Amino acid sequence: MAKAFLSGNDAFAEGVRLARPQVISIYPITPQTTVVERISEMVEDSSLKSELIHVESEHSALSCAIGASAMGARTFTATSSQGLLYMAECLQYASGGRFPIVMMNANRSTALPWNIYGDQRDSLSQLDCGWIQVYVEDAQESLDMALQGYHIAENPLVSTPVMVNLDGFVLTHTYETVEIPSQTDADRFLPPFQTENKMSLDNPKNLAFSVGPDNNMEFKYIQHKAMLDSRRVIEETDAKFAEIFGRSYGGLTQGYRIDDADYILITLGSITGLCREVVDELRERGEKVGLLKLRFIRPFPSDDLVAALESAKAIGVLEKDISFGYEGTVYTNVNSVIAKNGLCLETYNFIAGLGGRDISRENITAIFRHLQTGGQHVNFIGLGVTIDE
Amino acid sequence: MSKPYLRPYQKPQKLSDYPLGTASEAGYLVTKNSGWRNERPIITDECINCLQCYLYCPDGVIFKTEDGLDIDYDFCKGCGICEKICPKQAIKMEVE
Amino acid sequence: MSNKITAKTITDSEFFYGHKACAGCGGSLAVRIALKVLGEGAISVLPAGCMSAVGFNYPHLCFSNNSIISTFAGTASMLTGVEAGARAVGIKNFKAVGLAGDGGTADIGIQALSGAIDRNDDILYICYDNEAYMNTGIQKSGLTPFGAKTTTTPSGENIHGNLRPKKNLFEIVAAHDIPYAATASIGNLPDFINKIEKASKIKGTAYIHVVAPCPIGWGIPVNETIEIARKMMDCGLWYLAEYENGKFKLNKNPSDFSSIEDYLLAQGRFKHLEAADIEILALQRDTKWATIRKNWNNIQEEL
Repeated sequence: MAKAFLSGNDAFAEGVRLARPQVISIYPITPQTTVVERISEMVEDSSLKSELIHVESEHSALSCAIGASAMGARTFTATSSQGLLYMAECLQYASGGRFPIVMMNANRSTALPWNIYGDQRDSLSQLDCGWIQVYVEDAQESLDMALQGYHIAENPLVSTPVMVNLDGFVLTHTYETVEIPSQTDADRFLPPFQTENKMSLDNPKNLAFSVGPDNNMEFKYIQHKAMLDSRRVIEETDAKFAEIFGRSYGGLTQGYRIDDADYILITLGSITGLCREVVDELRERGEKVGLLKLRFIRPFPSDDLVAALESAKAIGVLEKDISFGYEGTVYTNVNSVIAKNGLCLETYNFIAGLGGRDISRENITAIFRHLQTGGQHVNFIGLGVTIDE
Repeated sequence: MSKPYLRPYQKPQKLSDYPLGTASEAGYLVTKNSGWRNERPIITDECINCLQCYLYCPDGVIFKTEDGLDIDYDFCKGCGICEKICPKQAIKMEVE
Repeated sequence: MSNKITAKTITDSEFFYGHKACAGCGGSLAVRIALKVLGEGAISVLPAGCMSAVGFNYPHLCFSNNSIISTFAGTASMLTGVEAGARAVGIKNFKAVGLAGDGGTADIGIQALSGAIDRNDDILYICYDNEAYMNTGIQKSGLTPFGAKTTTTPSGENIHGNLRPKKNLFEIVAAHDIPYAATASIGNLPDFINKIEKASKIKGTAYIHVVAPCPIGWGIPVNETIEIARKMMDCGLWYLAEYENGKFKLNKNPSDFSSIEDYLLAQGRFKHLEAADIEILALQRDTKWATIRKNWNNIQEEL
């Protein structure tokens, strides 16, 4: 184990190195770029022995990774924003084909208007593409989830690709002290990739076939079931990780001071750190507030949410997303769990940070006030102008 | 000599009957193509075994035997390319 | 003595069999022959298109070698991944081969193909060219020739079918300075077989562009697939050539051409052409051959 001062992207690259992917396809896009730069350097200095493929687009990046995975190779690629959308066809291809690829996505706004800064509309627009989606909070979790990502994806019960999301710039380009596990420990945690879902000369297969109406729904049900089953695998993976590395993230969600909390804010990604500080401040004043970080949003942590929220009076969902014409997508998902389970609490949605807009300590304090006093359900936070109707 | 061949197929009864992902045994045939035909090619005694029909058949249904050539009528679609390509007019198309 | 693969010596095994391609399908013949030459070590990548549609319907799977369908745009990029992945897991004696149609190659797949050639990936890419999007029902592609009627280039009083000439994909590919590229036709299988054999031994990217008529799309009887492919070469609208070591080589240099009208008017898709249209095609042909004869080295004796 060593310590280093790394950006989120650098840390993720270290995690990738420790996971020993055999084939890596790379294509640059801001703010993902430094990940593929670090990985290229690792291949150059032989600290990572991998086939490094310079593809000519994101569509090809994922198409190439699928091809390699179909030969039984562990694969990696990374993208962001427009790139994620450009590979959208391949996203569904990878998940439908059950190829356990791990991909890093640097969360970034999508055009138009053009914007290179962070929000989560890129990945949240792809919630239905069949990938496991995890959102990490800091550089350490980035590194750790590169390793955990493969462990989850490649579990035979799961065999589903994993997208690890890092907030663009705020996380990808911010430097923190990170513990880098030893290769020995990493190998102890992550066994070599084995699958029957591959081509080999001894056992020739036809892959990525068509399935007509007579069998198609069964294939889709099996895919859905694998995603549901992954919830248990995610928890087991986190437990195994804790055993070897001494760090645990709590599985699908991570609560903070929620046990007796009346007002709980739900977050995802890097904003969680600041929210935690605000919770501490308010707690010092005797306010019963708490925080629930959604780490995974597919599979959706329904049971965790019910357990965490059932005695709360009001909850808020803070997200860097808007489903135009409705509300934040995470909020919609959370409300569905609350309705299905008959929880009696008020819910509020706080749309913030679009296109990289700063989310301040004051914004978060005001959000907790809103939970306590009530008000409008769907709120845009930090708009710099008044809304003239 | 090997090629994809007809196998028994029963629609899966439980989820575990399905393969993982979209990967299944290569060359696994469950239906014939013989119903597509109106005419079937017949190789007559004029055949000089020049193998042009064997080579140019899009479906690969003409195969070599010890005495010459034979046709797998399970998969012949009756296109008649073999009749056309034969330099000796040794293949006749016969109405089914 | 030549060790060329012939009808006598080619493997008896069939790798693409029992498929649901239309009777007389030229594309399926190209795929069948290519796989017979490459053998059981072939790992084929086929994009969404005719050959994947007719051969890949679970549980009926018609390739006895390892095969995978790619996205429409992703033949070459998946081929790259398959090749790298196979090497990474220690597989030896394999050949990653792409088998894509004209739309999948010259239109939606050209970017990925260009990328693969640029990287000089150790793959063989075979484009079976039937000159339109046949799987979707005969729509114009970048390789549809001038004058051809398709369902998206109808022939009327004003417009006589497709207005643009066929993209010259062979030379576009060659312009990447690819190790090996060739044109071929299912009308001449011995030549196609030799080229596949040669391409399979190339270290780096190899490309073969094989014309494979589609009876339905071209409007010919199903038993005339081979004949029409031969007429196309005989009248000079297709040529057999190679690009190797930076040089073009014409394999066959006919002293004169057969009638271009005979070739065109035998097909439903060209039936509407008027003399002036045919004149344009003849002029395009003559210009092309003049350039070829002037610039390409090592023109060989007629085979």
